[in-house]
Amino acid sequence: MYKILKAEKLAEKIFLMDVEAPRVAKHCEPGQFVIVKMDEKGERIPLTICDYNREAGTITIVFQIVGASTEKMSHLKAGDAFCDFVGPLGCPSELINEDIEELKKQKLVFIAGGVGTAPVYPQVKWLHEHGVEADVIVGAKNKDLILLEDEMRAVAGNLYITTDDGSYVRKGMGTDVLKDLYAEGKRYDKCIAIGPLIMMKFVCLLTKELELPTIVSMNPIMVDGTGMCGACRLQVGDEIKFACVDGPEFDGHKVDFDQAMKRQQTYKTEEGRAMLALQEGDTHHGGCGHCN
Amino acid sequence: MDVLKKVPVREQDPNVRNKNFDEVCLGYNAEEAMEEATRCLNCKNAKCIQGCPVSINIPEFIHNVKEGEFAEAYKTIGKSSALPAICGRVCPQENQCEGQCIRGIKGEAISIGKLERFVADWARENKVEPEMPTEKKGKKVAVIGSGPSGLTCAGDLAKKGYDVTIFEALHQPGGVLVYGIPEFRLPKQSVVASEIENVKKLGVKIETNVVIGKSMTIDQLIEEEGFDAVFIGSGAGLPRFMGIPGENANNVFSANEYLTRSNLMKAFRDDYDTPIARFKKVAVVGGGNVAMDAARTALRLGAEVHIVYRRSEEELPARKEEVHHAKEEGIIFDLLTNPVEVITDEKGNVTGIKCVKMELGEPDASGRRKPVEIQGSEFVMELDAVIMSLGTSPNPLISSTTKGLDVNKRKCIVAEEETGKTSKEGVYAGGDAVTGAATVILAMGAGKAAAKGIDEYLSK
Repeated sequence: MYKILKAEKLAEKIFLMDVEAPRVAKHCEPGQFVIVKMDEKGERIPLTICDYNREAGTITIVFQIVGASTEKMSHLKAGDAFCDFVGPLGCPSELINEDIEELKKQKLVFIAGGVGTAPVYPQVKWLHEHGVEADVIVGAKNKDLILLEDEMRAVAGNLYITTDDGSYVRKGMGTDVLKDLYAEGKRYDKCIAIGPLIMMKFVCLLTKELELPTIVSMNPIMVDGTGMCGACRLQVGDEIKFACVDGPEFDGHKVDFDQAMKRQQTYKTEEGRAMLALQEGDTHHGGCGHCN
Repeated sequence: MDVLKKVPVREQDPNVRNKNFDEVCLGYNAEEAMEEATRCLNCKNAKCIQGCPVSINIPEFIHNVKEGEFAEAYKTIGKSSALPAICGRVCPQENQCEGQCIRGIKGEAISIGKLERFVADWARENKVEPEMPTEKKGKKVAVIGSGPSGLTCAGDLAKKGYDVTIFEALHQPGGVLVYGIPEFRLPKQSVVASEIENVKKLGVKIETNVVIGKSMTIDQLIEEEGFDAVFIGSGAGLPRFMGIPGENANNVFSANEYLTRSNLMKAFRDDYDTPIARFKKVAVVGGGNVAMDAARTALRLGAEVHIVYRRSEEELPARKEEVHHAKEEGIIFDLLTNPVEVITDEKGNVTGIKCVKMELGEPDASGRRKPVEIQGSEFVMELDAVIMSLGTSPNPLISSTTKGLDVNKRKCIVAEEETGKTSKEGVYAGGDAVTGAATVILAMGAGKAAAKGIDEYLSK
């Protein structure tokens, strides 16, 4: 069992937990993910690592309620435990393998969308600890959904916040901020975008125009997370890649986002739900994580 | 009784079992087993033993059965095999022990597999314990993967007195026995879990949720955790796809995904959270045992199921028994048929596959006649799900993170057949990670050979 040391509600439907998992904490790097399973009958849920403490042997995860399983998970409290917690999975962010002196010369910008702020944080923190100051753009629907603002401010170079509805700092998407920064004459060497597929798609459309190389972190449907099932496959350029072993980070200008979005819908849309209820008959139980 | 014929084994009726997940074959009872055992000629130069990858003393255990000494029979098998209840069910006996049986020349071979299964089931029901190790070697061995090769290697090493820890990537031990082979062929709780329990009783520790190559590397196992030797039994790896247009459509699954959802995650049961859709019509592409397992699972979940295979029935790589069972249950075989495109609707869901008819030409490198496309034979099969069962390619997790571990052209780990020895000192390997996808018993044979190799290495 993997004990939950801290459980905190960050925003509406968004939760943070510190979990005791010494083996994972010992070897994980920014960019990697874990798979958690609540109990014997639960789903295996992939979550990007948000922070880690090697000495304390803990991993921080952040998740959003998207359906039955994550809803159940949100009721766990400090002192409770996950039945299974496996990782670190996937490849670490490419940044950590680059030469630090080279990195210091580069201008990096992160664009975080919504709950994607959580996986952006450990990368920015890692860079900060290695003397690299990266700019960070954080976008969310509204003020309440801006996560980890203080934590991010402490490690980011410039932090730009934007909200879809203008309820905090400014109105607009992350892409609007980047456009404005470019209009002011700012230039970057590399962009790392993590957030909902639709947001990453539009970031990539923009950065292609700006000729700004862009890395994205994909979080598709997964079962085992070790390369065995192929559920997480993506079209990247002319190759099929498995997000769990080849990723989760990819060259955003090569990812087929439209296909990825369709695949994400397998268990998702309103109509899909109804269809699934029909198709699954007795076995329809909302286990896809998207029905209540 | 007719000595030329096997004592028939009881099975669930095809029209009942194609709607449930209970075991198809019901096995022999004591009387049937003893009767079948009387057919054995007890050959001096027993060919069946040579046909067994783990060299079970088959005539001796069958003799024990004939005498009604079932506990003795279990002991005889136990000297060579750690997982008899599993092997009795999933070994391709017709190509191994039974394929060599002298009785089989004129009549039907002895039902060695069914007898092995009977003995193992009897031992479990009568709570016969495996024999405990008598000495302690004081040396630690790490086994990576708790599938058939890992369990066998761990069991053998524990019997020799080594301190063995198995590291399993998934949340439950058993490997392919748990995620791959369906409940109706290999019951998980009564058979697999209890065989694993027997291995644990020998003192083997199993740590789940540890992905070697990610959570820890092999070098760290040796340097930081103090293991004296390592056995890699990490299994087959990544599923292959055809590379045809539309293959990433929704509801195109690898057989691994489909079976993992149903078997490991128990999606076929209402009380588990992982979803599996119930489809109307499913095509399973491929003709191996895994294809049969996926097809028969989809059938039980209510679909009309077609096996789509590009060669003819003769070339089907699946066991005859599996093909026979699949046909009995109502699986439709579309042979000499090859998909060339997956057709989807605007939402990205599968609506059909475009196929071509094939004919057999000259033999190819594998010795099988090569399927050649018949011009103008294109047609569309309408369906709502496709399961690709085309084999696997090796998982790079371990080979890419272990210094000095050689892999071959196909990226499989290179290991000596006799000992499992790899290019890296103290590291041994066996099973699908070495051979590419094969059978449970071959993996067990490799696990056994490696246990011997490791014992020799650590006794130096």
